[in-house]
Amino acid sequence: MNNAIHQPQTIVVLGGGSEIARAIVVALDSASLRTVVLGCRNTGTADVEGLAAQLGGASVTARHFDAIDHGGHVDWVAAVVADHGDIDIVIQAFGQLGADAADDPLAAANLVDVNFAGAVSSGLAVANQLRKQGHGVLVSLSSVAGVRTRASNFVYGSTKAGLDAFTTGLGHALHGSGARVLTVRPGMVRTSMTEGMQEAPFTVDADEVAAATVNGLRKKKAVVWAPAKLQGVFGLLRVAPNAVWRKLDT
Amino acid sequence: MDDQQLLTGWGRTAASLATVKSVGVEQLAELDVGARGAIARGLGRAYGDPAQNGGGIVIRIKPSANPVWIDSRAGTATVDAGVSFDELLRRIVPHGFFVPVTPGTRFITVGGAIASDVHGKGHHTDLTFGHHVRSLDIVLADGTEHTVGPTAEPDLFWATVGGMGLTGVITRATFDLLRIETNRCLVETQRLADLDALIAAMSDGDADHRYSVAWIDLATKGPTLGRSILERGDHATLDDLAEYAPKALRDPLGFAPGSLASVPPVPNVMSRLAVRTFNELWFRKAPKQHLGTQTLTGFFHPLDAIGDWNRFYGARGFLQYQFVVPFEAADTLREIVERVVANGNASVISVLKRFGAESGGLLSFPKPGWTLTFDVAAGVPGLGSFLAELDQLVVGAGGRHYLAKDAHTTPDIIRAGYPRLDDWKTIRRSVDPHGRWASDQARRLDLL
Repeated sequence: MNNAIHQPQTIVVLGGGSEIARAIVVALDSASLRTVVLGCRNTGTADVEGLAAQLGGASVTARHFDAIDHGGHVDWVAAVVADHGDIDIVIQAFGQLGADAADDPLAAANLVDVNFAGAVSSGLAVANQLRKQGHGVLVSLSSVAGVRTRASNFVYGSTKAGLDAFTTGLGHALHGSGARVLTVRPGMVRTSMTEGMQEAPFTVDADEVAAATVNGLRKKKAVVWAPAKLQGVFGLLRVAPNAVWRKLDT
Repeated sequence: MDDQQLLTGWGRTAASLATVKSVGVEQLAELDVGARGAIARGLGRAYGDPAQNGGGIVIRIKPSANPVWIDSRAGTATVDAGVSFDELLRRIVPHGFFVPVTPGTRFITVGGAIASDVHGKGHHTDLTFGHHVRSLDIVLADGTEHTVGPTAEPDLFWATVGGMGLTGVITRATFDLLRIETNRCLVETQRLADLDALIAAMSDGDADHRYSVAWIDLATKGPTLGRSILERGDHATLDDLAEYAPKALRDPLGFAPGSLASVPPVPNVMSRLAVRTFNELWFRKAPKQHLGTQTLTGFFHPLDAIGDWNRFYGARGFLQYQFVVPFEAADTLREIVERVVANGNASVISVLKRFGAESGGLLSFPKPGWTLTFDVAAGVPGLGSFLAELDQLVVGAGGRHYLAKDAHTTPDIIRAGYPRLDDWKTIRRSVDPHGRWASDQARRLDLL
């Protein structure tokens, strides 16, 4: 149960290797936090001890989770609940960049399978559980790349556009159920996923995304941007003429 | 009748959705509570989540045909658990009776008063409400109805008094009433310059009065830290009225409190400036020393005049932090007062009181010592770590937190504050082995 000041007792991360998700978990740490479950495709690579050391005393466990096992997500959530009880916050953080997706139809379809279809099936499985509990929050990591897709990463961007449309819609569907969705729209974030890439304007660290997320949870927002400025920037970019938009994507 | 409702406590925080079932007492045994159990809810005046049950059932008991029965010769009342103090007082005050204990609002039910084992301004003399209960009827998980009291099944009785509704559904109770001559209290009001003066004054004179409470300013720093208005009083006699309020003699037992106004949904208006200004005015309007009468509602339930006053804190709601520390830990009290004032987020009119003895309820909150209560808006950044520090100070000094107010603390803090928690759990499990009763608070604080 999240308490009156939005401190969770149980957090489940889908995509337990995500640096942003881990930063969010650390930012949500409090005397109330008891259980963190890291859902990872490869549990051996999950840095369970490293995260536990950053937390004040919550137990951290890794659990096999596969974003493309769409049919298994309902059972996966049920198994987590059987072991740990109610889930207060689920952070949906898995995703790939799919660098070669624009040239490889199969790779592109696989990317859709992970980033979008995986978010839909796991998101619905989570939503069903939160409805049953009558409380809880799904935090989903979207991206500004989905707000207006660009030539350089439009397949990735389209998966995030789909995810964003899904999670914001799910938020509406859950209205009044006690469960909520927070869609997080970061710009470029300095993580191992983006290492070596040229930095875009408004690039932030994972900690800043985490701070924005915690603030959004506290204010019961449906969407947060990280940094917050990006909301205004994309308000303009969304309506910029195509020629201008293409020129910006260099 | 079923109804899906998003419920919160009075603090309007941490909502959860439950199926609200309005049932008669005779239907309780057959009620299907599903996988997540059920909890009874009265008027929803607990500040946090004890009367919520996300994904489960929340029970509202329909009143019976004869909800209030007064035995004026014995001076007792037998009352349905769902009857409010407001309704009860309207019936009994004109007959010269008062409830033995009332908290700061009369919009609570008798069932809730027992489940939270409420206290009031008279705790140092009258103890808790549970202390005055002669017997209560409770429907257990197996559907049987038991009548328990201090001598009949005392273990179950003292697990139920203060047990937050988790031992079963309280349906009816018989308790002692207090005889009164008038509808007023004779109150001595005293302005005190700082915390030391307040502690000295309260330690000295509380025993001379049935009621004693101090309004303490936790928003003003500097040399007047802890300045307070101490109010001590007793039920006014007819002779008192003749001397202090002769006009009131025309209808000495009339009781028909009205509501001044209700608060519409507004954003949080409790800004630091607003709080400081309010406290300044509040303090200045109080006389340095005064003896006079106050109406029962004016003395006991001043905030009830403003409907939905919890809306003053806006959509994000607020917490009411209340703890007790033993008398010997007055230094801890002082440290907490200093920290709260330095933190600068406490809201208007905080309350300090001296508690008397424990009631016997295994999870009852009051015990001998100082109890401090303050409100704080839930949206304040950094509130979590600040309250966690206070929690540690409180339990470190041998104190504890009030479950009817708690909305943020942890299983460890509650365990540290309630040494008889395991005894309570053993009794609870013996009458509810399959977890028929449950609440959000019970899950959050590991009470089951």
